[in-house]
Amino acid sequence: MYQLLHRYPINPLAVYLFLCLFSSTLLAAAVDYEQQRIAIALTAEPPNLDSAKTTDSISILVLSHINEGLLRYDQQGDLTAAVALQWEMDDKQVRFQLRQNARWSDGQAVTAADFVHAWRRVVDPANASSYAFLMYPVKNARAINRGELPPSALGVKAVSDHELLVELERPCAYFFSLMAFPTYFPQRQDFVDAQGKRYAADANNLLFNGPFTLEQWVHGASLRLKKNPRYWDQKVIRLKQINIDHITSDTGALLNLFKNDEIAITDLGAETLQTALQSRLQMHKFPTGYLYFVRFNLRKGHLTSNRSFRRAMQAVFDAESYTNKVVARPGVLPGRSLFPKSVRGAKESFRHEHPLPAVEISLKKGRALLVQAKQELGLTDIPPLVLLTSDSPAALRHAEYLQNLFRMTLGLEIRLDRQIAKQFWAKEDDGEFDMTISGWGPDYDDAMTFGDLFASWNQNNRGQYRNADYDHWVEVAQNSLDAQTRMQAFDHMQKRISDDAVILPLFESALIYVQHPQLKGVARYRFGGDLNFRFAEVVKP
Amino acid sequence: MFNYFFKRIVFGLLTIWFLITATFFAMHMIPADPLGGDKALPAEIKQNLQQYYGLDKPLPQQYVIYLNKILHGDFGYSYTQQNRRVNDIIREHFPVSALLGVMALSFASLGGILLGAITAHFRHRWPDALVMAIVIASISVPSFVFAALAQLAILGLNDLLERPLLPVAGWGSFSHILVPSMILGLGTLAYITRMMRANLIDVMKSDFIRTAHAKGLSQARIFWRHQLRNALLPVVTILGPAVAAVTTGGFVVEQVFAIPGLGRYFVQAVAQLDYTVIMGTTVFYGSFLVLMVVLVDLLYGLIDPRIRLAGTDR
Amino acid sequence: MTVRSASIPAVSAVDFELLEKPSTETSTVSAAPPRPTLFRALIRNPVTVFAATVVASVLLMTLLGPLFWSVDPARQNMAEISLPPIAKRSAQLVGYNRTWRGEHVPVSDSEFRPASELVAVTGLRTVQANTEGVRIAWQKIAGARTYHIFRHELEPSGPFDLGIPLGQVDAGQLYYEDRLGLQQKNYFYSVVAGDEREISKNSSMILVRPHPAISYWDAQLAGLIDENHQGIEGEVIELPAHPLGTDYLGRDIFARLMQGARTSLFIGLCAPFLFIGFGCVYGAVSGYLGGWVDHWMMRVVDFVIALPFLLFMILFKIMFGIGPGESGVLPMLIALVLLSWPDSARLVRGQVLQLREQAYVDAARLLGGSHAYIIRAHLLPNVASVLLVSFSFAIPAAIFTEAFLSFIGLGVVPPTPSWGSMCNDGIRTLLTHPHELLFPATMISLTVLSFNLLGDGLRDALDGRTSL
Repeated sequence: MYQLLHRYPINPLAVYLFLCLFSSTLLAAAVDYEQQRIAIALTAEPPNLDSAKTTDSISILVLSHINEGLLRYDQQGDLTAAVALQWEMDDKQVRFQLRQNARWSDGQAVTAADFVHAWRRVVDPANASSYAFLMYPVKNARAINRGELPPSALGVKAVSDHELLVELERPCAYFFSLMAFPTYFPQRQDFVDAQGKRYAADANNLLFNGPFTLEQWVHGASLRLKKNPRYWDQKVIRLKQINIDHITSDTGALLNLFKNDEIAITDLGAETLQTALQSRLQMHKFPTGYLYFVRFNLRKGHLTSNRSFRRAMQAVFDAESYTNKVVARPGVLPGRSLFPKSVRGAKESFRHEHPLPAVEISLKKGRALLVQAKQELGLTDIPPLVLLTSDSPAALRHAEYLQNLFRMTLGLEIRLDRQIAKQFWAKEDDGEFDMTISGWGPDYDDAMTFGDLFASWNQNNRGQYRNADYDHWVEVAQNSLDAQTRMQAFDHMQKRISDDAVILPLFESALIYVQHPQLKGVARYRFGGDLNFRFAEVVKP
Repeated sequence: MFNYFFKRIVFGLLTIWFLITATFFAMHMIPADPLGGDKALPAEIKQNLQQYYGLDKPLPQQYVIYLNKILHGDFGYSYTQQNRRVNDIIREHFPVSALLGVMALSFASLGGILLGAITAHFRHRWPDALVMAIVIASISVPSFVFAALAQLAILGLNDLLERPLLPVAGWGSFSHILVPSMILGLGTLAYITRMMRANLIDVMKSDFIRTAHAKGLSQARIFWRHQLRNALLPVVTILGPAVAAVTTGGFVVEQVFAIPGLGRYFVQAVAQLDYTVIMGTTVFYGSFLVLMVVLVDLLYGLIDPRIRLAGTDR
Repeated sequence: MTVRSASIPAVSAVDFELLEKPSTETSTVSAAPPRPTLFRALIRNPVTVFAATVVASVLLMTLLGPLFWSVDPARQNMAEISLPPIAKRSAQLVGYNRTWRGEHVPVSDSEFRPASELVAVTGLRTVQANTEGVRIAWQKIAGARTYHIFRHELEPSGPFDLGIPLGQVDAGQLYYEDRLGLQQKNYFYSVVAGDEREISKNSSMILVRPHPAISYWDAQLAGLIDENHQGIEGEVIELPAHPLGTDYLGRDIFARLMQGARTSLFIGLCAPFLFIGFGCVYGAVSGYLGGWVDHWMMRVVDFVIALPFLLFMILFKIMFGIGPGESGVLPMLIALVLLSWPDSARLVRGQVLQLREQAYVDAARLLGGSHAYIIRAHLLPNVASVLLVSFSFAIPAAIFTEAFLSFIGLGVVPPTPSWGSMCNDGIRTLLTHPHELLFPATMISLTVLSFNLLGDGLRDALDGRTSL
């Protein structure tokens, strides 16, 4: 090698320049006490920051920092005042008093008219908002969305600049909880109109009224949030800057970034948990309120429409063993009821107030039920069943487990049908399955977000469970504002779902995350955008 | 001469049209609803969305509309990022892939030429065997395994130095590009190394090198002025296709290192069935590829008249 | 990079066709009876012999392996998840007692105190410890509202390094059963008292090493015991050996590698065979017929070459779709064939065009040789050697394509394993269970390497210039 170098001289300047490039890399730390600045990562680029149209959790996470609705969640996850100062509700209407000092980032006041404009935009069919159905509790919303009425017919009125009156289609116990959801955020007409189709496409196509402003947005690469000096409650906001420099869903890469002091907080996957443990990182957990379950197809012509058959499968699936050994993530609870443990009851947790007895897991019982099912179906052999799953590695793992489980216990042949997400949903919608691996997360802080899932009129009831008794209890809960009555109704629902084995609850999900020790006050929510830095600060090292 | 160029260009355009048509119909044959989501949407919302994207019209009409739009240089709006134009997506993310690709290619050509020279110089001795063994072994490992291992190596290195020398993932500075581009360029590096070695060995045997030695030129001068230059010519010819291949092939590296390139967007768009982005990206990359091929053809045509004759297919 | 690396030579080989015309002509013509010399040249090269041996042993393992290692690759065992290579060992059968209740004590709201005032938990003890469940209990401490249980695999170094937060219980409950992914290793359990929101800085720790156990249920599902097995609690049964460890569902990796080899090699061998075969026929017809037919047939080739390979691979893969119960091997095969045939078509056409000019072909035709005769006697032997080389390079490319598609989640559907999908599963646990990635990745690399070396050897043997 020496000979070679000697013979073919290498320019020393080139070597020097090369070394310079190497060593000049200065990486910003994950937290900065002096600047009150933190760096975090997102798992995906926010697809749509137009609050009237957005549907995904990443956009909602960002939106809940840069904009604010009438109400919001406090650090404990309870609803509290935001743009609204006071609010009152009866069976027919809701009245909001808006605070005088709420400002847009350009200095103009946030007025009742901004809400009226935003809400009309949501239901206007020309805007094709996917989440327009969240507005349906408001009077005429559905008819407008169908094109039967003009958007101006929406039951919302700016009584004055600071008073908003909402007419309801019917009583809605969870209406306030919706107010914290981005679909109900305000948008100012003159600004939105000026941006046209490019509204929310880039940082300068957005107007802010939340605790932070979006200063810079390099698509797919980075976002910069800065403290909003015009925010009405700006004195409680401690962080001055949030840098989002990394966008990746690879849990391995995320943990590597965390260990490299490039990000201040990240969720751990089941895979990276062990690595974090070996690195002695302090871990936190948070139940997300998501329920994962096997959905049975109850349409005619599917074997799974037979109750005994479903109950046979229910009797051999041991959620606890499965959760502990295969999911193997701390904080994840074995599925038991339609309502996860985090669902609120009248006072405490709903499940605490109305415990659901466990289903007996027994091979003998399962096989007996299978024999009964065969008799009822008039079959001697059970033909192969189709288990539809999406292509996420986690869903496939559940599917593989169930395939083996039902083969070993009941001798069933399960065929996996793996599809990309869009095809999965299309097939689920069309009922082209016997079973699917599904999940459901709460949209608002009320048991109804799970309860009406299996009402016969609900389109998300993709297995088409039709039960008059169940529908009755959903209606009872929908039309009442009394907590006790409603909780009783929900208890009836959870028993029905379990007795009829409409679904096979797999597990209630939870997050395990690591957080920089200097970062305090991070709030995590089950709805309205998880991960909130409104109360966060960087403490002294 | 003009006739040949004209033919090449017309044919290039025809190929792009074929590409557009093939992609358009291939995509619309996928049995799924690009507007569906995990939450079932009421019929009226579905209908509104279909109208919004023009999916309610019959397929041939959609095709004509799409062709017309492309003629005007408009790829439409993305389905997942509803307020972003596909043109913007390509404009913002292609440079990232291109930069990564160019870096990868520079690494591959410089490294390949250097390694090729070393192996040729030490032909049939241990440095030759060692380098060739490493080169061949490295292209036998799947790139995603390699990328993951590289990430671990960075972490280990930073731990060892007790300061963050290199970032693990992300985009924004030179240090972010370094490792990903090396991994991306590895395959081409291996290829160039092998080519370079073979060429150099051929050149070394040739008469004019013997003459140069006889003239008493220094070893270094012979290497730089004669051997390297002559051995490089064939290497340059593969750079055309290699540019296209490297630029369009960065999916894995972009995915693992969280680089906002167009490749990553394409994979995401496919998973989301984002029609306009899939179409836009495919048509763009396809045209890029065609352009590259036509350009290389034209250049060769200018340099070497023999090719021009062969190109016309008698 | 990997897939591309193989595709670059393919593209450029065509470019060289024209530049290197004189040399290839002489070499192909002079190698008229290629077979015996080719074989001799091959076995003289030790690298080629090594590569051929590896290829042969991989094939042998795939075909004959299951005879010697008759473990069902689909059989899961929840008691053996993600184990490194392990020998036969025994485990205790335990019953499935799900409702273990320890000590409950009455507490009243008035006695709760803030976390900062709480002392360390006393009397922490192990009630039972096996891999099916670790039961710990402790004594009540005054003022605690909640108890938080942590588990570490290293000795805790401070109040912020207690390990995994397993769960929390209300003040009245003085016990906890942990069943979360237990293995036979040392665990450090910590119990900390807390108030509603925060936990005390004072913790108590206990070291527990669970002994191996398997529940009746898991043993039944894994087929280790008869379903009517009337065992006594604590009976010892034997767990099978796993020479390459187990995966995330407790399946034997060795058995899965052998089954996965079938998928990967099927795609790796079948796809090149099909597309080279098709390309061969297409190119031969085109070159032989010549004229405008040739012109237009070559235009089609140019069209297909213009399609970006990976993009269309993904598009086709989704377009063809995979029905329920199908493994998805067929759509992948079709997509590969549809996109990969043009290279060999161009190669063969080039050869045919050259041959048409040769005097001895003209002579054969003049002597009354039929088309079939000319193709058989003159065309095939000349083309075969070139095709053999491109075949040996197409195999690794196809194997890599399968692995790549698996990486982005479009590979074969479980439970059918393939090396690519096994790698993709293993890559997530690279740090904690490296064996799940290591073995399939090694198989891919070794096979690809061997085919590459074999291709090199073939080319060298066929080429006059053996300097490469």
